[in-house]
Amino acid sequence: MTPQGVRVRDDTFDPLIADVSPEQLLQLHEDLVVVRRIDTEATALQRQGELGLWPPLLGQEAAQVGSARQLRSDDFVFSSYRENAVAYCRGVQLEDLVRVWRGTASSGWNPFDVGMATPAVIIGAQTLHATGYALGCKKDGVDSVAVAYFGDGATSQGDVNEAMVFAASFQVPVIFFCQNNQWAISEPVGLQARRPIADRAPGFGIPSIRVDGNDLLAVMAATRSAIERARTGGGPTFIEAVTYRMGPHTTSDDPSRYTDPAVQAEWAAKDPILRFEAYLEGLGFLTEERRAAVAATADDVARRFRAGCLGLENPEPLTVFDHVYATPNSWLDRQKSQYASYLEMYGE
Amino acid sequence: MSTRDFTLPDLGEGLTESELIEWHVAVGDLVTLNQPIAEVETAKAIVQLPSPFAGRVTRLHAEPGTTVAVGAPLMTFEVESDVPAVRAESEPIVAAVERNSVLVGYGPPIETGNRPRRKTRRLPERAPVSGTVPDPEAESVPVSGTVPDPGAESVPVRPPAEAAPERPRSTPPVRKLAQDLGVELRELVGSGEDGSITRDDVRAAASAIAAPQAAARQLGGADRSAGRRETRVPIRGVRKHTAAAMVSSAFTAPHVTVFLTVDVTPTVELLERLRSARAFAGQKLTMLGLVAKALCIAVAHNPTVNSRWDEPAGEIVQFGYVNLGIAVATPRGLMVPIIPDADALSLGELSAAIGSLAETARAGQTPPERLSGGTISISNVGVFGVDAGTPILNPGEAAILAMGAVRRLPWEFGGEIALREVMTLSLSFDHRIVDGEQGSRFLSDIGMILADPGMALTMV
Repeated sequence: MTPQGVRVRDDTFDPLIADVSPEQLLQLHEDLVVVRRIDTEATALQRQGELGLWPPLLGQEAAQVGSARQLRSDDFVFSSYRENAVAYCRGVQLEDLVRVWRGTASSGWNPFDVGMATPAVIIGAQTLHATGYALGCKKDGVDSVAVAYFGDGATSQGDVNEAMVFAASFQVPVIFFCQNNQWAISEPVGLQARRPIADRAPGFGIPSIRVDGNDLLAVMAATRSAIERARTGGGPTFIEAVTYRMGPHTTSDDPSRYTDPAVQAEWAAKDPILRFEAYLEGLGFLTEERRAAVAATADDVARRFRAGCLGLENPEPLTVFDHVYATPNSWLDRQKSQYASYLEMYGE
Repeated sequence: MSTRDFTLPDLGEGLTESELIEWHVAVGDLVTLNQPIAEVETAKAIVQLPSPFAGRVTRLHAEPGTTVAVGAPLMTFEVESDVPAVRAESEPIVAAVERNSVLVGYGPPIETGNRPRRKTRRLPERAPVSGTVPDPEAESVPVSGTVPDPGAESVPVRPPAEAAPERPRSTPPVRKLAQDLGVELRELVGSGEDGSITRDDVRAAASAIAAPQAAARQLGGADRSAGRRETRVPIRGVRKHTAAAMVSSAFTAPHVTVFLTVDVTPTVELLERLRSARAFAGQKLTMLGLVAKALCIAVAHNPTVNSRWDEPAGEIVQFGYVNLGIAVATPRGLMVPIIPDADALSLGELSAAIGSLAETARAGQTPPERLSGGTISISNVGVFGVDAGTPILNPGEAAILAMGAVRRLPWEFGGEIALREVMTLSLSFDHRIVDGEQGSRFLSDIGMILADPGMALTMV
């Protein structure tokens, strides 16, 4: 699809998404708008002192929604901290997205409720988890797949390379989904990758696809082909979704210090949502009424999201010991009782 | 109605303060939830603050240009009573802010402006729904697009904020330099690539600032002819840093100063001889260099003075090396750049280091790592023609030596009165670490060397 929303014919990938109905297209559009609204609201909440930090995903909506929506509920996602749109698509509850960023919990949700691990902050570590999970799927004889989401910067990490070696050796059903958002914090991707990142995977014996990450349909098709390979015993696939981080690395970052406004403008013109809207309008699906309804939905989600965030209660101090060990631990119990006596010094 | 304060949040993981750049709203304005209200600059970034409330601004607690502590009230709102902030109408006003780019002083890009603008409406009260699949009911709620909402119309939409002068491009080291030299980047035109401001631009501006100050000094201070009987200069840059260091030092380390007046004629004569010696040809030997050398030798015999009181650790740190700080008067103010491992340098090397250090400091080119990490310092107040002083310790150090002017005075010499070269040394030390005996011995050791440089042979 061109930035103007015109489909480009492709004999390999077109059939993979030929079954997508107009209703599904509109639902995907709503996902894009809603996740952007959640992201915007979270950034505002951080600026208002309600969140400690937030990693915006502005610009990466199509890459995340387009891939995550192709998964089954028994598939499992291992992501980094920027995949809040993936989490939304997996069914993570709104307030659970911000528990960690508000500092009220060490992790946001039960991974087995939604088929998605809580985000890995250690860059690239989750690729190992995904590969191990996929090996488990293979040994169990089920056709579930594991997906590892990570960024361009992570591909320079040892963990990611180790995971690819392992995944290729054991031919496990894992998808390495790399969102190349062009920035490893302030480091442009060109500094660590002289060749396209997708070119690395074949060296490990893993087939790879380089896809326009701002083209929702292309991301869908690429993900579907990878899922198909994984489910049918074909082993891992590496997808490089080329996109652009239009915001800061996190709310603590000031990208105006290192980005070129001309490049920003160039990518703003390739905005994934505007492009998909142009496509839908061309088909006559996206009416003014529909737009307004989607905007209303997004506002309502944002309102519930804000209310959920502000409603999160500070945990009792002693609960910090609760989830360190699954089984009783005398050493920790002693610490807990000492801390309790300390707290009692302050009365109530 | 009830009032609510918005206190400045920690905008970047552990910041303690931010500078208010400008307000986007004024007292009396009605603002909506998430409407940008102010621009602040933290140590990390320039940041747009979105309003956490919907309501009327009743008070702005800070002026642009001032620094606000995290947790201090920034503004006060009057909001509808009984309406918790989260329930406040959250319709963003699209037209309220004009932003050329999402990334210039980025903040949350409130709903893009190219969408049809929805009219304000109230959604039915609904308990937070926990499902993440968007509520299908919400989609089918007819949008009251044709009913003009009086509330929305009455909101005075401020004209786009006066185009905030965008901070010119520059790199973090250049901004640091500008801050150190007290140069305002907004007032500069960059000569670098893409119009970015370079170090040279900053230095040029700094010397332009320094020149009028020097001229003013020549005129005898304030320019009375212009009718200005007093001038107010913002406290910042080196002056602010110096003040903080002095206050912190003066009120944490109990200072004691001891004095010693010495007949330094032999040292003055030695200086003459060395200047004409072949070994030092082309080198600039000074009294300061010789005093610095004498100090390094004396430190070896009195290590207590070369130490630091580490309050947090509850320890005294004894240094096995001398990082010698030299107080330098620069156009921007006092700086104390250091000569690392000064005790390992020969007299020639030490003199050369002092010469280049002063020159570098006056040009504002001292690298930051040379502005900290000193273990003991010298202040040469003699160059200003005075005899002695009670120097204040450089924070973290236990001793500082001030050397007065060398004067030709009638002095006892060989049982008679003769005209001799005389200098007063004063040593301030941290009485927590250094006792009177140790401080006095150290000073008298320096004095002994200067009175008879040959004594150094007995000490090395």
